[in-house]
Amino acid sequence: MNNPFRATRRNIGELIAEWSIRAIASVSILVIFLIFIFVFREASTLLTGSEEAPTEQTSTSSQETTATSTTQSEPDVYNPDAEEPEVYNPEAEAPASGEEGAPGEFIYIAANPAYPHIYNPSSGLIPPDIDATSSEEEVIAGDTLSFGENFLSSTWQPVGEVPKFGIVPLLIGTAKTTLIAILIGAPLGILAALFVAFFAKPWIREIVKPGIELLAGFPSVVIGFFCLVTVASWVQDVTGVPYRLNAIVGGIGLSLAVIPIVFSIAEDALSAVPKTLREASLALGSTEWQTAYRVMLPAAAPGVFAAVLLGIGRAFGETMIAIMATGNAPLSSFSPFEPARTVAATIGSEMGEVVWGSEHYGVLFLLGVLLFVFSFGLNAVTELYVKTRFIKRFQGK
Amino acid sequence: MQFSASTQPLPKRLLGFFAVLIALTAAVAVVGIILGMFGNFLLNGGTHVTWEFLTEFPRNSNTEGGIWPALAGTTLLVLLMTLLGVPVGTATAIYLTEFAKQDSWFARSVRFAVNTLAGVPSIVFGLFGVGFFIQFMGGSIDAAFGSSSFGDGSLLWSAATLAVLTLPVVIVAVEESLRAVPRDLREASLALGATRLQTIVKVVIPNSVTGILTGSILAVGRGAGEVAAILFVGVTYSSEVLPSAVTEKFMHLGYHLFVLSTQSPDVEKTLPLQFATTLVLLGLTFLMNLTAILIRSRLRKR
Repeated sequence: MNNPFRATRRNIGELIAEWSIRAIASVSILVIFLIFIFVFREASTLLTGSEEAPTEQTSTSSQETTATSTTQSEPDVYNPDAEEPEVYNPEAEAPASGEEGAPGEFIYIAANPAYPHIYNPSSGLIPPDIDATSSEEEVIAGDTLSFGENFLSSTWQPVGEVPKFGIVPLLIGTAKTTLIAILIGAPLGILAALFVAFFAKPWIREIVKPGIELLAGFPSVVIGFFCLVTVASWVQDVTGVPYRLNAIVGGIGLSLAVIPIVFSIAEDALSAVPKTLREASLALGSTEWQTAYRVMLPAAAPGVFAAVLLGIGRAFGETMIAIMATGNAPLSSFSPFEPARTVAATIGSEMGEVVWGSEHYGVLFLLGVLLFVFSFGLNAVTELYVKTRFIKRFQGK
Repeated sequence: MQFSASTQPLPKRLLGFFAVLIALTAAVAVVGIILGMFGNFLLNGGTHVTWEFLTEFPRNSNTEGGIWPALAGTTLLVLLMTLLGVPVGTATAIYLTEFAKQDSWFARSVRFAVNTLAGVPSIVFGLFGVGFFIQFMGGSIDAAFGSSSFGDGSLLWSAATLAVLTLPVVIVAVEESLRAVPRDLREASLALGATRLQTIVKVVIPNSVTGILTGSILAVGRGAGEVAAILFVGVTYSSEVLPSAVTEKFMHLGYHLFVLSTQSPDVEKTLPLQFATTLVLLGLTFLMNLTAILIRSRLRKR
């Protein structure tokens, strides 16, 4: 704004006000850096702490790792009766140490009278072939694993004599529920956006669009509660699965969070396609639906792609729905009908009871770093790649 | 376009019929899910939302009584959050629309940061609250003044965490309303000899008060329902009294619902309480969002 007619009197007060507005504007950038620095700082206590542990055991570590690899090739060693409570239930020991009903203790692990079918390790419902890594030898071997090996192993059992922080089951659980959520949410969101953008009469659009936007305002704990109480019962009635809470229920819950995001971004993208394309297509004799599906949708593809990416970001980062509806068992199973546990849900359910500054605390922050980096990357891709392509396509820049 | 459809052969018309039908089904399904959820809550909890329920303390370890401390805690939380977050968000939006050259690297990085912030999972904000607000800021304040009340989870740190979380919501809403102020008004003000700051304070901001209001309301709606971010930053599952200072812990509607539905000793017995709590929480956020949507659609028409 280099307006030559602008008043030239610029007193000190005004300059200060301008610069303080600039300074406040940089808060958002600052916060991004602070999140990264401080979440990482808490996680880094782990790296400094774990460096001491392996050095004490360097003499035995090579021996022990070979022991681990041999036991992993022999899944038959697994003994369900002896090992089950220890391996499947990471929080089983916790109630004994904490007071009754302490925050963060989940009754679903203990026998819960209201939900007898919730995943319960002591009921022995889990088929023995789910977790092949739970031999007794490995429980001992886990003691001397280096942090890196421990972190990439397939057992998540943070509370116990030998804490194990294998994130593989958490990653599998996250991938499983996110995939289900996207498979349900993305088509529904995109098709609803198509309907609202091209097929609906104006008065219907005026109702449907704010209606779906209201779904975006549903607190996730409400959606989680709905899944826990209602959807879980429906799914069990329909499919007859043994576990009341499983990845499918969690995925349905997450899809409810994904739908409004996919819908509104896809709808924006579809409406942003120049009207001339639609008119040209109709003028050439194609029908309304042909125009919508074969001209407008491909033209808006980068925006729709961005919608799906942001939907994925929402699904894997969602905490409350995942805690309440997935069953929360850290299994390395790809079956959608078995319980799953996501990275975000792990932080949410274990952070409350962890000793601040401990190794477990550091691992949870490391999981937070993982979530942050992943969402940051996803957002950077949509910002820099998808949007520029979309602009290029229609503005010829 | 009925005149073009009639010229198509039958199989194509059937295909077209299905193409429209499938989109219609999707839209109906989504709206149906929303109505179904709402109806389900209303049916199961509607009769339990009474004046006593809203104004009584919970009794018998949360299995009886009302939700007053949770309701009051949530209200205090969002008020404090608005006080902390809205001024920052408004100033950022003013910078972006009034001061920034749109293609300068600083403006672009602010925009990128805001978009990124909107996509960060809320649980990460919770960790940030622990690491930055409680451990770093609270710890520093305690060390500097010899107090011991800041280095733990509290209403203040929860509100600060939520203020950061809702910052993008405020910025986007306020920016939209600032852009809706006609350029003529700004130019007229400048032509009369007003400085840029005078123009902003006396012309632009009064004309976009509704936008600032919308932003605050949307932020409140988002903050009131957010549980994951405050899980370890100061919320408590049971409290005999209302918080009397910002450094005290508080109860929260969403967390109350979470505790009742997953950690209560008798989930079945408290089911009506859970539905009623859901209804109150949903009603609160619903009201906020509906108001914001209505204000916004009026703004867009103008």
